[in-house]
Amino acid sequence: MNFPILSSLILLPTIGALFILFTKSSSGKYQSSKYVALFISLANFLLSLYLWYVFDKNSIDFQFVENREWLSGFINYKVGIDGISILFVILTTFITPICIISVNATIKNRLKDFLIAILIMETFMIGVFCSLDLVVFYLFFEAGLIPMFLIIGIWGGERRVYSAFKFFLYTLLGSVLMLVAIISIYWITGTTDVEKLYELGIKAEYQNLLWLAFFSSFAVKTPMWPVHTWLPDAHVEAPTVGSVLLASILLKMAGYGFIRFSIGLFPIASEYFTMLVYILSLIAIIYTSLVALMQEDMKKLIAYSSVAHMGFVTLGIFTMTQQGIEGSIFQMISHGLISAALFLSVGVVYERHHTRLINKYGGLVSIMPRYAIVFMVFTLGALGLPGTTGFIGEFLILMGAFEKNILVAMIASLGVILGAAYMLWLFKRVVFGKINNQELKSMKDLKTFEIITLSALVIPILFFGFYPEPLMNSIESSVENTLTMYNFDLINSLASKD
Amino acid sequence: MENFQYILPEIFISVSIMLFLLFGVFKKNSASLIYNLSNISLVILLALIINLSSLEKIFLFNNSYLLDNLSNYMKIILVGSGIFVMLTGSKYIQVINLNKIEYPILILSSILGMMIMISSNDLIVFYMGLELQSLALYVLASFNRDNLLSTESGLKYFVLSALSSGLLLYGCSLTYGFSESTNFDQILINSTEFNYGTTFGIVFILVGLAFKISAVPFHMWAPDVYQGSPTSVTLFFAILPKIAALSVFIKFLYTPFASMNDQWQTIIVFISIASMIFGAVAAIGQKNLKRLIAYSSISHMGYSLAGLATVSNQGIQSSITYISIYLVMNLAFFSCLFMLKRNDKYYENIEDLSGLSKKHPILSFSLLIVLFSLAGIPPLAGFFAKFYVFLAVIEQSMYFLAIVGLLATVVAAFYYLRIIKIIYFDPEKEEFETSHNLGLKITLAISTIFILAYFIYPSGITEIVSKINMI
Repeated sequence: MNFPILSSLILLPTIGALFILFTKSSSGKYQSSKYVALFISLANFLLSLYLWYVFDKNSIDFQFVENREWLSGFINYKVGIDGISILFVILTTFITPICIISVNATIKNRLKDFLIAILIMETFMIGVFCSLDLVVFYLFFEAGLIPMFLIIGIWGGERRVYSAFKFFLYTLLGSVLMLVAIISIYWITGTTDVEKLYELGIKAEYQNLLWLAFFSSFAVKTPMWPVHTWLPDAHVEAPTVGSVLLASILLKMAGYGFIRFSIGLFPIASEYFTMLVYILSLIAIIYTSLVALMQEDMKKLIAYSSVAHMGFVTLGIFTMTQQGIEGSIFQMISHGLISAALFLSVGVVYERHHTRLINKYGGLVSIMPRYAIVFMVFTLGALGLPGTTGFIGEFLILMGAFEKNILVAMIASLGVILGAAYMLWLFKRVVFGKINNQELKSMKDLKTFEIITLSALVIPILFFGFYPEPLMNSIESSVENTLTMYNFDLINSLASKD
Repeated sequence: MENFQYILPEIFISVSIMLFLLFGVFKKNSASLIYNLSNISLVILLALIINLSSLEKIFLFNNSYLLDNLSNYMKIILVGSGIFVMLTGSKYIQVINLNKIEYPILILSSILGMMIMISSNDLIVFYMGLELQSLALYVLASFNRDNLLSTESGLKYFVLSALSSGLLLYGCSLTYGFSESTNFDQILINSTEFNYGTTFGIVFILVGLAFKISAVPFHMWAPDVYQGSPTSVTLFFAILPKIAALSVFIKFLYTPFASMNDQWQTIIVFISIASMIFGAVAAIGQKNLKRLIAYSSISHMGYSLAGLATVSNQGIQSSITYISIYLVMNLAFFSCLFMLKRNDKYYENIEDLSGLSKKHPILSFSLLIVLFSLAGIPPLAGFFAKFYVFLAVIEQSMYFLAIVGLLATVVAAFYYLRIIKIIYFDPEKEEFETSHNLGLKITLAISTIFILAYFIYPSGITEIVSKINMI
């Protein structure tokens, strides 16, 4: 394997962006740029599928590793993937073309700039999931702020400036502490190479502080209660495509970070802080579910539901059981698909009726029957009905939680009920009932490109809901390996104490 | 006489200055010619310095003058940025009627002063260079003499700078009194035991230097002078004196006072933290871009001093890397500023940038890159500058400094973001002129590409700088 397939994956969107930058398009329409962007992102998707095909699912090592000298002498550009990261890479490359197709409806001005921003964003997101060096990871993790800030700020809604600033500063504040931690790790161990760090391990006395520094960054990005407040703002003000990117991929960076770095590098601290994560996750699940119940804005409701779902993810990760972690990864993928779909669905009606307030809708089932069907699938997916991906993730997480702490699991289960409540209530108010608002009657059912994007999301949600094996297969050995290392480190540290 | 071949650059530039002066006096309307000639002579000067830069370490004139890796590198970036400063400002001084023969000559003499400062290995030589550059700078600051703000800034700079020079001189004489020598190496040898005299000397010298570098709490002149001076002079102020002063800082701390690092380390840490925080907080309310960049440069100086506070080679190197990247960012920023011209009037308020991105996509993109880089967001060059500094700071376990510094970047990010917001999110205003002189365009292109593409090969500067070892 000499062909640098991961670097190609990372760089291809940027090359596409440069290409768009230098192409001239007849003013206003930018058809050609759109096709270029679509072509590039689809090519990237196919490349990632090929990667999945040649990927050895039984190996626990990192594959397709590329290691190049970068910062003279001490930090290398190192990328590689294992069973966990490959799924996120595919999720990213899958969501991006969908975003580019949906650009039609939502973005009216400066389309060219928008496409460039999305493609650059894709580069950074894939980079995050591939990087095997802490500094490289930090670079991609932070760099994503720039395009996202612009996406929210230029193409967003009324309060876009406030939201963009809030998003940027919250995330930056969380991340700078991680930078301190990364540099400290370099001086403590002499390397920032993740693979080497797994072997070397970090001394127990440093782990707690380092864990907290990483946590501060990931908690903001996840987002966990109480630093979740940027998310509803950012989601509500971002254009539909921005919300999709934010919900389905950006939030997953943190979950991925927890598995790869927090658990992988700091097992002793992770064990020590488990209760803290449990409590914050439970608060996120219950509190934000309740908040979601009371929302009048559809996007805000889905944003709060994202916080609750991510609460399940963090809970699952820190159960430190095979089921819990697998469930969390599955839940992240599933949430990536479902929340993208939900935001797109909201975008569909918003584009027609120009409001996101729930009480302005009602009775859509008789006007837009096709829309009602897909929206129902997504709603059911979000509340975790068996047969959708949402169920498998939550079920596994709760299984893991029951094994470790029954009380926590019981409380978390309440969240499932609340989740069903707010999602079904949303569905009832928007889709069922009488048509009170006469303006709604002029709304048209789904257009072709909306059918394409939404059905592209329905298919994996249902398919993997019934047959999760391909995904599970891919993550199983990597999770097992992570846990083995984790337990090994823990036992070692206990032994050294005695 | 064999010493003279090593100071060929200094001799060359002195002779050029005198020739240009004579030429300007005897020939009428030769301002543009002299401006161009000065620029050419700077290029020759750069070549001469590079020619000498292979030498490891040479003491000249009874050990009072020193050529080493530090001075070579600093002179190269000094003269190099001087060339770009001249290139970018050429159109500007014509438009606002400052194109007089004194202008390039003053710039050259100030550069000469800085070169002497950088190479000096003796208190008296150092002070000579310092005063030469300061005198030229006083006049430059008030060069637009019909403008009230410009004269005010010149006067303000003169009064405050004279005060700080006085303090510096007092510090020098104290140091001389207690160590019985003006030679840096000799001072180090003689000051083996602790005594209050030398400590006071260090404090006074540091105060004087901190003034030159505009670090808190000796920064008061910077915003007014930056705002009042003609923009081309502001650019000069923002870059060249900082390079020289930082170089002298390194020299003082690590040659004569190297054995007293427990005395000065706290001072540097304090100055550094205060500059980082103050620069970040005070810039938030600013409306004038030049004033804002003054505060921003205060905080940037804080970061580069943080590297010096570490007492390690790594730290010194990180500071030098920081200032190298900082000067490129400033060049890019000011190039953008020079492009905000409409009907022979230059605009310098933040509000004037409103909606710039719609009519001037390339200029706005450059500004976007520069501002994110100034804020230290990866993967731009500004991030690497900070990264190296914090790498060195954390190596010495100075976690407090690192965390405060990084938190200050978050605060600073706010005001950079505010400019970006105005450029990209706000409604558009009138269009600016789009034709600019070639030098300006080239400078902007080179500096933006440098900032943007730095991450591809980040070890370039590091490798050169890693030769500079002071300890």
